[in-house]
Amino acid sequence: MLATVLPIAFALVSLAFVLSLVRFIKGPDLPDRILALDTLYINAIALLILLGLYLGSALYFEAALLIAVMGFVGTVALSKYLLRGDIME
Amino acid sequence: MLEWILALLVLIGAFFTLVGSIGLYKLPDFFMRLHGPTKATTLGVGAILLASALYFTFITEQTSLHEVLVTIFLFITAPVSAHLMAKAALHIKLKQIERTQNVSETERF
Amino acid sequence: MMLKKLFPHPILMLVLWATWLLLHNSLAPGHIVLGFILATFIPWLTSGFWPEKICLQKPLTLFKFLGVVLWDMLVANFTVAKLILGKNEHLQPSFICIELDITSPVGISLLANTISLTPGTVSCDLSADHRQLLVHGLHIKDAQATINEIKKRYEKPLMEVFTSC
Repeated sequence: MLATVLPIAFALVSLAFVLSLVRFIKGPDLPDRILALDTLYINAIALLILLGLYLGSALYFEAALLIAVMGFVGTVALSKYLLRGDIME
Repeated sequence: MLEWILALLVLIGAFFTLVGSIGLYKLPDFFMRLHGPTKATTLGVGAILLASALYFTFITEQTSLHEVLVTIFLFITAPVSAHLMAKAALHIKLKQIERTQNVSETERF
Repeated sequence: MMLKKLFPHPILMLVLWATWLLLHNSLAPGHIVLGFILATFIPWLTSGFWPEKICLQKPLTLFKFLGVVLWDMLVANFTVAKLILGKNEHLQPSFICIELDITSPVGISLLANTISLTPGTVSCDLSADHRQLLVHGLHIKDAQATINEIKKRYEKPLMEVFTSC
């Protein structure tokens, strides 16, 4: 059952990835692009966990955790840049 | 039985991840777009992570709870980053769509 | 007294301990001991960054609150999914300003996070004096009703839990 469902899930999440990418390229403003990046990293986490389920390996979890941490720091740094006009003080 | 629950969770998760991105793609202005990813993706990824935790717990017969860590982390950070992005958008005076009500409220912040 | 000096932040310590064990995904005695050592030393070394004391008044209310929030999140996701997938022309986005009664900083940040995670609302900004919270709603029909709902459902229990001590 899981084997039939996983490819569908891959397709859905990949479509989500593409839609976020379109928004990232289209903009139109900087906050839109930051939000698109934020969504992209969450989609990447979903894809990685699905890959881990597909291959039956728990190894991908560490990568997902790292992406979650780094993605959050990246979003905060970019928003702070817009707020202060300076990356980190 | 377990297979069915896992399949359902994975499908729900993938569906909500997609809904979040559809919202990001098709809603008309930034503040409305903010709603899609912050909500839909947390439940979407949450459901997929739950499926993963269940799967590894029953396959390896060893409790696998570290997926909970990512779930909690996402649930805490998603609203924080949404708040910061909204604040940044207000700061650079991003235009809202015309039918937004009470825009005057934003000037006090 | 001695115990208080050794463990200045018991909640932070428990969180760190649990995080360490979850990261290693095991309950081996070695990890429990190592986690305990780290959970003792990290709050002690970083205590300069945690000036304010947090005290929970009614843990039971907090758990009930968590349950309510989790349930609301589930419902919120379906509501927002329906709003997003339906026709977007009829959506009525709106800004709302909520006058806060809650004063503790932890309480305010938890309230803002809760608002962002629940039905069609995202917290946008907090006024400098911490008295007003700006919220953006995706589809608001009655602003006053939404404010009352948030105040009754989320702010009241948080105020009970995070009163100053």
